[in-house]
Amino acid sequence: MVSDADLHVNDAPSRSDPDAAIFGAASLDPILARHNHDANNLLQILREIQEQHGYIPPDAVDRLITSLKIPRVKIEGMAAFYSFLHLQPHGEYRVLFSDNITDRMLGSAALMEQMCRELWVEPGKVSEDGLVSVGTTSCTGMCDQGPALLVNNIAVTNLTAQRVGTLCELIRNRVPLSRWPAELFTVTNHIRRKDILLGSELAPGSALAALLARGAAQTLDEIKISKLRGRGGAGFSTATKWETCRAALGEQHYVVCNADEGEPGTFKDRMLLASCADTVIEGMTLCARIIGAQKGFIYLRGEYRYLLEHLQRVLQRRREHKLLGRGILGHPDFDFDIDIHVGAGAYICGEESALIESLEGKRGTPRNRPPFPVTHGYLNQPTVVNNVETFAAASLIALHGGAWYAGIGTGTSSGTKLLSVSGDCAHPGIYEYPFGVTVAQVLADCGAKNTQAVQVSGPSGVCLAENEFGRRIAFEDIPTAGAFMVFDRSRDMFEVARNFVHFFAHESCGFCTPCRVGTPLLRNMMDKLARGRGSPYDFAEIEKLNLLLQSMSHCGLGHSACNPVLDTIAKFRPAYDQRLLHKDYVPAFDLDYALSQARRMTGRDDTGAHLGEAE
Amino acid sequence: MSEATFTLDGKTIPFREGQTIMQAAMAAAAYIPRLCYHPGLKPHGSCKLCTVKVNGRHTASCTYQAQPGLAVESDTEELNGERRSLLQMLFVEGNHFCPSCEASGNCQLQATAYELKMMTPHYDHFFPDRPVDASHPEYLLDFNRCILCSLCVRASRDVDGKNVFALAERGIKTRLIVNAESGLLADTNFSADDMAAHVCPVGVILRKRTGFSVPIGQRTYDINPISALPQPKAGES
Ligand SMILES: Cc1cc2nc3c(=O)[nH]c(=O)nc-3n(C[C@H](O)[C@H](O)[C@H](O)COP(=O)(O)O)c2cc1C
Ligand code: SF4
Ligand code: SF4
Ligand code: FES
Repeated sequence: MVSDADLHVNDAPSRSDPDAAIFGAASLDPILARHNHDANNLLQILREIQEQHGYIPPDAVDRLITSLKIPRVKIEGMAAFYSFLHLQPHGEYRVLFSDNITDRMLGSAALMEQMCRELWVEPGKVSEDGLVSVGTTSCTGMCDQGPALLVNNIAVTNLTAQRVGTLCELIRNRVPLSRWPAELFTVTNHIRRKDILLGSELAPGSALAALLARGAAQTLDEIKISKLRGRGGAGFSTATKWETCRAALGEQHYVVCNADEGEPGTFKDRMLLASCADTVIEGMTLCARIIGAQKGFIYLRGEYRYLLEHLQRVLQRRREHKLLGRGILGHPDFDFDIDIHVGAGAYICGEESALIESLEGKRGTPRNRPPFPVTHGYLNQPTVVNNVETFAAASLIALHGGAWYAGIGTGTSSGTKLLSVSGDCAHPGIYEYPFGVTVAQVLADCGAKNTQAVQVSGPSGVCLAENEFGRRIAFEDIPTAGAFMVFDRSRDMFEVARNFVHFFAHESCGFCTPCRVGTPLLRNMMDKLARGRGSPYDFAEIEKLNLLLQSMSHCGLGHSACNPVLDTIAKFRPAYDQRLLHKDYVPAFDLDYALSQARRMTGRDDTGAHLGEAE
Repeated sequence: MSEATFTLDGKTIPFREGQTIMQAAMAAAAYIPRLCYHPGLKPHGSCKLCTVKVNGRHTASCTYQAQPGLAVESDTEELNGERRSLLQMLFVEGNHFCPSCEASGNCQLQATAYELKMMTPHYDHFFPDRPVDASHPEYLLDFNRCILCSLCVRASRDVDGKNVFALAERGIKTRLIVNAESGLLADTNFSADDMAAHVCPVGVILRKRTGFSVPIGQRTYDINPISALPQPKAGES
């Protein structure tokens, strides 16, 4: 079942039609009908309009106001929250370069410059003829085959100067995306090490049959015995979550698969959904039986739009085989079906309560908790939210039993973990290891040489220096959602941290004061250091900001936003020291920098347009 | 049966089932700094000024349910220092020129900054570009001072039943928008009788031509510090 098979996208959506100036009823009605004229599906409705039209035209907004009976500000507030939605035309071709540090290390900045030059467009702006816009976006989850970009939300990987040239020509000639060479859209799943999950041939329906033979309560017991913990990062006990939800009172219960996978450097959920979708969906179906849910959702990040048709085909096949839908495996009391919701470019929607807000057609802002989703989730009903990998592991446990699973890994971290390995190594890709594997072992297996540092679990995780490579991947030592980014000695760890800080500032949802203002303050401090205007005073400031964000922020994004800076200051201090212009006093104002806007406006960058450095 | 209580900085505070720490504290005339909480509206928990320590852990008191026996710390050097930083962030995020602001003396941001002895903005200013909306005959919107507390959003939506205001964009770009195709207040059904017309804690939503009827120096918080005033109840603003 698991293969290195490439997944081709033949049904990539075609580009928007610039001639269809009026967004007629003909195009909106089927979208509204598909979503039951339900304002809870607003994000999906907006996303489909955007996909058809390249933006959300004013007459579509007007029609939504009357058909869905919602205020204009709700639509405008939503559209402006999600990066991939636009209320103004944003180019027939919307190109977004993935801006993770791994893409940068592979030369994405120069490729983007090349594209802007060849297409005569300024970064972040729409070309004068309305043809194209070129910008950056947060990590698109293609780090094992970067640099990558999205064109009209479809991924193009393995960029080279030549490939960028090809893209520019296709765009200049206005070739519809559906007629682009399919090879451009190839996403490869590099599976490098298989263990119990990726190595198993789980026949569709076999875990469900085991569940029905054993009974729901007994299967929950097996999950308990397995000591399975959530794979989305926090490591919460899966059995406890399911048990609490099963016991919670509500009109309906819901199962949600968190496939938002937004943590930069992570791409293992992408691979699972591409290569093991049945195992994941089977896990969701098991959960449904155990908690008593009839409806589930897969929240697929917008960057993985290319997987939508594939997943819909798997769902359809499972319905035909009585593994989904009404009367599953002939049991008249076992009904469960799944809808796929596609995100629209907001990392915060991976946080489970923000995800639920987004499923309800709102801005993705984390809720106040308690109450937690297990009792008050989707539409305020009891809801289980689990990571893609957690559901896949549950299928294995239902089939092979909890004791078997608990015997793998370490005492407090049972089973295996998928790592998304990228950066400076010979073999980036997916590695499945029993918990307890050392960082050094992973580095050896992926062919990393001269390694200076490893960032485990993405920007919100931990940055390890060489003397820590003996540590283990496990909840009790180094917990991880799966990212494993390798940096060799040629890399500047300051720039790594600065990239991560920009990520947090860009993705802060803006709900709470400390993170909304604190993340851009931190970003500005790092940019100031990068310009050589820093002083030792800034370290104390960063320390203070960190304490504030940790204690006052509303959610995990704010709590961990300073981690990359603190880790690299502690472990790679020379990378910072070389940037300290003034070792003692603080330059309050950088006159030359203040003139940069005037230089941009006048198109000048000659020496006369700069102020000499006053030493 | 004796009443359920918790302690706030050592002082015993009674509470009713379902009350938050903030609600119980306000009923007992105990001051916890706050900017996005209003007794007539559903708690939001976004400004974080009201953060207290409950059994050693930071939490927003306006959203945390009171429980018997909790030990709540609020008026401590640590928490007030953190609150000062939050206030500084709110000041540098917008454009606040108190000496020329109509709301000076009636502004809860300014009053809370005095209360917590904030002396300087400390951080670099963002100087955002936020145009003023003077379209409405009776009201002016000066977005420069918006602290994104969403009190007007909730009042308009949940009490006035109108949805005149909402938040758009995200992160530091988050901004308040108005429910009209033109984006202008004049083109909405906003009225002076709306609760939304009276809840702004700073100087964004201002009644025209009344700004300086009470001279600076004689306004609400000029006379008494914010902590010493009676705590408002639902229905008051
Ligand atoms: C800012 C933020 C982003 C998150 N992103 C994801 C994500 O992309 N995928 C995920 O599974 N969990 C993510 N989480 C964790 C979820 O909130 C939640 O804990 C998880 O989905 C629960 O599933 P699990 O128990 O199977 O791990 C995120 C949390 C935070 C605070
Ligand atoms: S911490 Fe950041 S992302 Fe989380 S709620 Fe606050 S502003 Fe939003
Ligand atoms: S206008 Fe006033 S009430 Fe409304 S969000 Fe801004 S500061 Fe809050
Ligand atoms: S008053 Fe509690 S968070 Fe604003």
